[in-house]
Amino acid sequence: MTMKIFIPRESTAVSLGAHDVAQAFTHYASHHDIDLKIIRNGSRGLFWLEPMIEIETAQGRMAYGPVASSDVESIMADITDNICHEKPPCHTLALGLTEEIGYLKKQTRLTFARAGIIDPVSLDDYLALDGFKGLQKSLALSTQEIVTAVVESGLRGRGGAAFPTGIKWQTVRDAVAEQKYIVCNADEGDSGTFADKLVMECDPFMLIEGIIIAGLAVGANQGYIYLRSEYPIADEILQQAIKIANEAGYLGDNICGSGKSFNLEVRLGAEAYICGEETALLESLEGKRGMVRFKPPLPALEGLFGKPTIVNNVLSLAAIPFIMSQGSQAYQQYGTNRSRGTLPFQLAGNVKQGGLIELPFGSSLQDLIDDFSGGTASDRPIKAIQVGGPLGAYLPLNKLDIPLDYEAFSQASAVLGHGGIVVFDDSVDMLEQARFSMEFCVVESCGKCTPCRIGSTRGVEVIDRIKNNERRAENMTLLNDLCDTMIDGSLCAMGSMTPIPVRSAYNDFPQDFYLPTQESNHD
Amino acid sequence: MKIEFSSPLSNVENIIDSLKNKEGSLLPILHAIQKEVGYIAPQAIERIAIKLKQTPAEIHGVISFYHQFRTSPPAKYKIQICRAEACQSRGSRQLEVHAKSFLNIDYHQMTSDKKFSLDSVYCLGNCATGPNIRINDDLYGRISNEKFEQVLSNVDRELK
Repeated sequence: MTMKIFIPRESTAVSLGAHDVAQAFTHYASHHDIDLKIIRNGSRGLFWLEPMIEIETAQGRMAYGPVASSDVESIMADITDNICHEKPPCHTLALGLTEEIGYLKKQTRLTFARAGIIDPVSLDDYLALDGFKGLQKSLALSTQEIVTAVVESGLRGRGGAAFPTGIKWQTVRDAVAEQKYIVCNADEGDSGTFADKLVMECDPFMLIEGIIIAGLAVGANQGYIYLRSEYPIADEILQQAIKIANEAGYLGDNICGSGKSFNLEVRLGAEAYICGEETALLESLEGKRGMVRFKPPLPALEGLFGKPTIVNNVLSLAAIPFIMSQGSQAYQQYGTNRSRGTLPFQLAGNVKQGGLIELPFGSSLQDLIDDFSGGTASDRPIKAIQVGGPLGAYLPLNKLDIPLDYEAFSQASAVLGHGGIVVFDDSVDMLEQARFSMEFCVVESCGKCTPCRIGSTRGVEVIDRIKNNERRAENMTLLNDLCDTMIDGSLCAMGSMTPIPVRSAYNDFPQDFYLPTQESNHD
Repeated sequence: MKIEFSSPLSNVENIIDSLKNKEGSLLPILHAIQKEVGYIAPQAIERIAIKLKQTPAEIHGVISFYHQFRTSPPAKYKIQICRAEACQSRGSRQLEVHAKSFLNIDYHQMTSDKKFSLDSVYCLGNCATGPNIRINDDLYGRISNEKFEQVLSNVDRELK
């Protein structure tokens, strides 16, 4: 009987040696005359276990990880001696049934339901697990019915701004124009985030399906995925999937025989963080410098080449197939307050168990850390957690009870954003982190607004003076004023949100800025 | 003026001709030329400008905006170290120091034998298994100082 082993082709697994592991299995099988089929799947998102390999058994898939090529011989022995005789595995890297791993079991996987299970470029695998059902249903609906379903799902932009997706779609649908566009923002540049990449590398047809449905909903026949060039594996997998979808009639001039057409192309960015901002992204797609545009006009009315354009994040578009196939209510029932559905959180940085954690909105950050992180990788105590990327606040331990919900975070002057969570232990110097936030803004500002372009350079200088105890109190006042200027005088989030991590650093970690702490104020 | 490396200027002309009718064709053209030749030479900029009916200054403006595009030949291996927050929390600041001293160059420089260049990058999306580096298109995770040296010596061996 053919033995089936799954080895991810996803970039984290590959960065840790998955290709070598696959080669070692092939080599072993050919030398031992074993009828082995290796399937290059996506990742389950349990990154501390990568490369994680799985073997198919009658009970379900059994996992081993993290596997190095030097482990392959002993793992194959465990498989042939134990698993093949229906005995439990006894290898030190054996993890048991994949579906029973607590980290996976505790999640609510709607968007990531297929990730790591399927071969990302197998159309059959995708169709077997509800693939293109949302598209089939959408083809039977009017454009307004599709938009209404998205409005009723409560889905909000997963890129970070959290604008209601359905409202954006309605605006584009109602705009009168010969040509409209769908642009998928896959310029995932925030530190601590990788959920977009996982979607593209593990379940690309889901994203393609979401984009086609968006096209149907607003009457657009051309889509672009603006992908950051730092993701070459995602590029390769998307190109393969788009080709397959074209050949199978899901893309092209006659989608599923409906007479409707939609074409999709991947365009690469060129290492510019600012191009994750939607108007800078549009400029870049047009072949220009990625300079931020004034709004209005909104991209929904005058977007790519001046035409009505939906610009949605990968995760927003990836949620659409579930909403259209299962119904708005099935999505909307998850979550809390105005944050509906699930958010794929990305747990990263100094933790033992980093990975992708899809949960309904509403549990607290503390619970997420307790349930999933396994503690810090360094075994030192946590000092700060940055949520929402490089423009998000650093939270101290006493603020970890904030519910994971857009409004609760913004009330706490923090940012939930794209759901990236980066943990730091007590060796971190928050003054250095604040300086880094300013430095990052220097490197990545598009230069359009003076407070962002020059203010960030001034920010680095002022923080250096504070560090060197040059008129520290006056420079703290200056830094605070500078933050106000950047907030009030910048067009986009780059300049106006850089002060968020900076301020959280000196407000919540005053000791690192040599400032009196609250306790000593009472002295 | 010559475009050395692997291909004659005619390839650049072919690349421009094959892509120029796409909507917003400039970035795809720049990527394709850089992939083929390694960099975008002044002569290539002139050809692009003529064929897209833009000025060389406009093309230069776009090239200089993006960190990725370059106008001079690259090192054989372009090393990028991620210095974003998630990698910092796992020791990338120490890795930066080590890499610079091991290669005896600073950021944005290349070794005298033109084998390696060193650059920073802000997030490679491998944030749960940092520190991370990228060498050309290949990503490497969990990079300790020792592993950095090991990866480089493997790459170096391939070069010979």
